[in-house]
Amino acid sequence: MTMKKSAAITGFAEMASAKKPGDLTAIEIASQLAIGAVADAGLQKPDIDGLLTVTPVSAPGILWPTALCEALNLNLSYFDSVDIGGASSAGMIWRAAAAIHAGVCNHVLCVVSDVMTSTSFKNIVDSMPHSDHEFELPYGNAPPLAGYGMITNRHMHEYGTTAEQLAKVAVDQRNSALQNPDALFGDKALTVEDVLASPVICEPLHLTEIVAPCTGGAAVVVSRADAVSQCAHKPVYLLGAGEAGSHTSITYAHSLTQSWVRHSARRAFDMAGVSQDQIDFVQAYDCFPITLLLTLEDMGFCAKGEGGSFVADHDLTWSGDFPCNTNGGQLSFGQAGAAGGMCHIIEAVRQLMGRAGSRQVENATIGLAHGNGGIMGEQVTLIFGLE
Amino acid sequence: MENYNKPLPEPTALTAPFWDAAHQGRLELQYCKQCDSYQYYPRKVCANCWNDDIEWKQCSGDGHVYSYSICNVPTMPSFKKDVPYVVAIVELEEGARMTSNIVDCPVSDVHIGMEVEAVFDRVTESCSLVKFRPRNN
Repeated sequence: MTMKKSAAITGFAEMASAKKPGDLTAIEIASQLAIGAVADAGLQKPDIDGLLTVTPVSAPGILWPTALCEALNLNLSYFDSVDIGGASSAGMIWRAAAAIHAGVCNHVLCVVSDVMTSTSFKNIVDSMPHSDHEFELPYGNAPPLAGYGMITNRHMHEYGTTAEQLAKVAVDQRNSALQNPDALFGDKALTVEDVLASPVICEPLHLTEIVAPCTGGAAVVVSRADAVSQCAHKPVYLLGAGEAGSHTSITYAHSLTQSWVRHSARRAFDMAGVSQDQIDFVQAYDCFPITLLLTLEDMGFCAKGEGGSFVADHDLTWSGDFPCNTNGGQLSFGQAGAAGGMCHIIEAVRQLMGRAGSRQVENATIGLAHGNGGIMGEQVTLIFGLE
Repeated sequence: MENYNKPLPEPTALTAPFWDAAHQGRLELQYCKQCDSYQYYPRKVCANCWNDDIEWKQCSGDGHVYSYSICNVPTMPSFKKDVPYVVAIVELEEGARMTSNIVDCPVSDVHIGMEVEAVFDRVTESCSLVKFRPRNN
């Protein structure tokens, strides 16, 4: 028996992306968001008996989940941090559902936050595994830019993917971001010409194709499916989940262009019992356009190698024929350090609850959210539905 | 050379033979007799078949560029003076892949499939990094 429909997301809170650190520390942001999500779910503090989180890059160290528990004075029967990079947020959702399915807890708070500080990047590099320190950093290959540059170059080489096709991902997502006042870049349209004219940072990645770091965070409450009646909004059920992991350095990946998204996605689709053509929207991790291309290919929305023509031929905006990253994605919403991956889940829930305002996808009943970590090294696929 | 301020490997007992060989101008990789394959970087066992009957073997140093990225902006501050530089995955003739740099040619010459050979860049008195340059043959 799988955990399909064992749990549902019942409430959420999300902070607007901010360019500056601001006055709040990561634990203060997390505390605010936790309280907001519990209130949004229509629950009370004593209802929360589970907590999942990720250690912020701005506050590296141990015991982060316990520190958050203490800050909020919670009484928990299950708590942990998830350490699978950008896939951590998506990883939390199914772990929460699994804990609920196992009978360990009833309402799990999944909360992430991070502050963009002058030491954030150094903290990440310093925390990399020894293998990266010994065999990557001496060659000037600190994650993630050159890694994704090499994936992009290889995809262009093998399949003829063009710079214009890749740029369109950033452009369509920016179009959706114009409907999102919380996005980092929600106030200025972007064209393919703008993207291609922006500086090439690590070839072939243009500046406007690189996720921008920011301060932010988000929280959701994952609730036992038979305990949602007291909640304020339509419950968004977890229909299927799949995970896969393989490498930290892309050099040791089985392939640069065929990612293990194919494993995480197959597991999620199998559990959910739905097919690609039943998915009303996709909110997928987008640190760079190539990330989304590989994800769409390896999920089976198009054939391997046809990601470029797929994004060129479809309108990815919130009102398009293939709504994708309707909040602007991280490319326009921003990535708040270790917290970045939750924005895709929040947007999926927001759309299914019918709370997406001016960017609402019509009649959406089944949606997909996907988290990716490292250099395509960690994958989590989630499929959500209203019933 | 004494002012070298970029990250350097800190070899362990396991990885020291690789760096020692490189400092003497040889590319040596772990070879697994059971599955007849070379692996990089060094590990306690063959990561492919988990056999621990592995030995160090000298490799040709020849390979080709599997993919690359020209870094116009350094991926970390200590490489600021090196831009533009090339980060590449080199696939060796023996099959293993290595992260390295392509040197001794204009960055615009680098392309996927480019034939390269190992060069040993003596960056300090005690360390040589394994880099690659175009192979003319």
